[in-house]
Amino acid sequence: METAERIDPPARADGGTNYLNVNYGVRSWLLTVDHKRIGLLYLGSITVMFALGGFFALLIRLELLTPAGDLVGPDTYNKLFTMHGIIMVFFFLIPSIPATLGNFLIPMMIGARDMAFPKLNLASWYIFIVGALFTLWAVFTGGVDTGWTFYTPYSTVGSHTKVIPVAVGVFINGFSSILTGLNFIVTIHRMRAPGLTWMRLPLFIWALYATSIIFILGTPVIAITLALVGVERAFHIGIFDPALGGDPVLFQHLFWFYSHPAVYIMILPSMGVVSELITCFSRKAPFGYTFIAISSLAIAFLGFLVWGHHMFVAGMSPYAGLIFSFLSFAVAIPSAVKVFNWTATLYKGAIAFKAPMIYALGFIGLFTIGGLTGLFLASLGLDVHVHDTYFVVAHFHYIMVGGALMGYLGGIHFWWPKITGRMYPESLARIAALIVFLGFNLTFFPQFILGYLGMPRRYHSYPDEFQVLNVMSTAGASILGIGYLLPFCYLLWSLRYGERASSNPWGATGLEWQTPSPPPTENFPVTPIVDVPPYHYSEEEAVLV
Amino acid sequence: MSERATALAGQGNLPPATAHQFDDAVQQHEASGLGMWVFLLTEILFFGGLFTIYTVYRSLYPEAFGHASSTLDIELGTINTAVLIGSSLTMALAVHTAQVSRNGRLVALFLFATIALGSVFLGIKAIEYAQKFHEHHVPGPFFHYEGADPQQSELFFCLYFLMTGLHAIHMVIGVGILGVLGVMALRGRFGPDYYTPVELTGLYWHFVDIVWIFLFPLLYLVERHT
Repeated sequence: METAERIDPPARADGGTNYLNVNYGVRSWLLTVDHKRIGLLYLGSITVMFALGGFFALLIRLELLTPAGDLVGPDTYNKLFTMHGIIMVFFFLIPSIPATLGNFLIPMMIGARDMAFPKLNLASWYIFIVGALFTLWAVFTGGVDTGWTFYTPYSTVGSHTKVIPVAVGVFINGFSSILTGLNFIVTIHRMRAPGLTWMRLPLFIWALYATSIIFILGTPVIAITLALVGVERAFHIGIFDPALGGDPVLFQHLFWFYSHPAVYIMILPSMGVVSELITCFSRKAPFGYTFIAISSLAIAFLGFLVWGHHMFVAGMSPYAGLIFSFLSFAVAIPSAVKVFNWTATLYKGAIAFKAPMIYALGFIGLFTIGGLTGLFLASLGLDVHVHDTYFVVAHFHYIMVGGALMGYLGGIHFWWPKITGRMYPESLARIAALIVFLGFNLTFFPQFILGYLGMPRRYHSYPDEFQVLNVMSTAGASILGIGYLLPFCYLLWSLRYGERASSNPWGATGLEWQTPSPPPTENFPVTPIVDVPPYHYSEEEAVLV
Repeated sequence: MSERATALAGQGNLPPATAHQFDDAVQQHEASGLGMWVFLLTEILFFGGLFTIYTVYRSLYPEAFGHASSTLDIELGTINTAVLIGSSLTMALAVHTAQVSRNGRLVALFLFATIALGSVFLGIKAIEYAQKFHEHHVPGPFFHYEGADPQQSELFFCLYFLMTGLHAIHMVIGVGILGVLGVMALRGRFGPDYYTPVELTGLYWHFVDIVWIFLFPLLYLVERHT
């Protein structure tokens, strides 16, 4: 039976009805339970948050252009990096791929009509919006200056800024993550099309399944922790206040128990996207499908055991430090499995350098640098030297921007034809991808050197000898900004003027490409039956294309 | 596929509530059940944060926690434990009745009995809170404690109010849901072909009950053996 092969259905569904034009009006969007429309609601909301977080980043880089603290004062600077961090982490990176591409693609990739709980899905978006509005209200009426980590006792007794509203915003937003993760897990377990066994699932689904596990196991802990920060700040009861018998380091344990796995919430979905892109544009099945799939679960599991490496200098016993250091090295194994398997997939593949592929290749390089410098930080001795310097800043931006964001952009380009029914302008997109790659490296590579030379993070002024590298970094940030503006403009342009997309413009495998672009509301005219292994690219294809 | 789900499929007449994304009532039932279990998993982690904090501070300040624990009213606490276990029995009876019979009035009776017992629990809890309030054992600016280590005891009372308070919030939400289910049961909405909401609320109610089974010894019985 060939039903699950890459048949080419008519480019548009019967009568041209799809999820975008089935009905119109604000009401039809705000009350929709269609997972595809909810994905687009998220896409719009997090783009706004990204722009705001990027604006704060721009001000930070402008301040650091000169050694003197001349553009903003120290208090304002504290607020700038705090709000950059909170908005980017909680309101952009964590929802980014899961809430947009995940919402859009999971039911389509597994041959379902919708998520298991469509109304809950819409509720998750409203919860996200309420959390975001709380935070934005706090941002625009004075801001917060604790750093995105809310460390106690500064956040409970020291700071005179709007800590409680921001904590409430992040707390509310947490329930959006929890419910999204719950929905994904149940959907992947219970809604798969006939024949779609676990070992036939796309690697993107495996990655989001692992991400969802972190969502549901980690997020409740940060929720209760931030609630306690709020309670303590309001009533001064001393849970984390050493003056009242509490233990501030306990806060750090609870905070990082979520917030380190949260790093994997950000990177795992990107890894899933990259797995899809590498296989499609190499015209080959992935090398070691099972290992890539299981390594996602391994990362999710090990990710829960390494939080202590954020606290090596916060008063931790040498034995605890030793174990956390060892476990942090252990996470590198499943991560390296992925990198090696991607490169082995490229080997003898018929590689097409389309824009999404450029993002994917960029991801591999930047994630490797980010991951390996993570091992520097997991080493107890070296961590003492570079702790709280720009080395750390560069490291996690290589993971979160060089990794997570590159994967997000690659995925948006790859599935853009499916989402909108239009092609983006290919050559412009390739140029933008290269600009992002170059701008990113120019921004953050100098920060590794700055950190190693001893420039501490979170200061608005610095000694003169660091200026050259800081100027390079700020110049890179401007280039990076252009790299982000370009896709924003041409993707909007393509909505109206882009070439119409066929149902499967990349010749990719996967159920989502077997339905028209854009898909009808119920995704598939007939529920597909899967009887082939995943990534069923033929031998000839790898040679000829 | 579970035996019960097979029986469900065998009924033939789909309940009106099969949503568009599901193929049949069995898939819907299983998806809803899994969703509830995953939700309870998040609840365990939610309470888990507080249990962790309790563990840390009790191991740091064992004596203060023991003394402070002795000031709680053990009789009211024990009565409440019995009341709550009784409410789990009526809840289980409601689920069972909905699964095997069309007797909506009996299902409603058990649901309202659960509400009654849950309300008794909350009432007794309110009396205990009032006592603590009069004794100035509520953490904050008016806190006053005669025994040794008042600061560390304040941490105990802080955790006592946070943990039992969070538990009570869950009880209140549960009572609200049970009220809606009771009305639905009276209208004959539940029976062997459709009882998912009753079953899932039962899971939730038992979970809240189990949390109390842990809270009771951790908060009331720290030093009672001496």
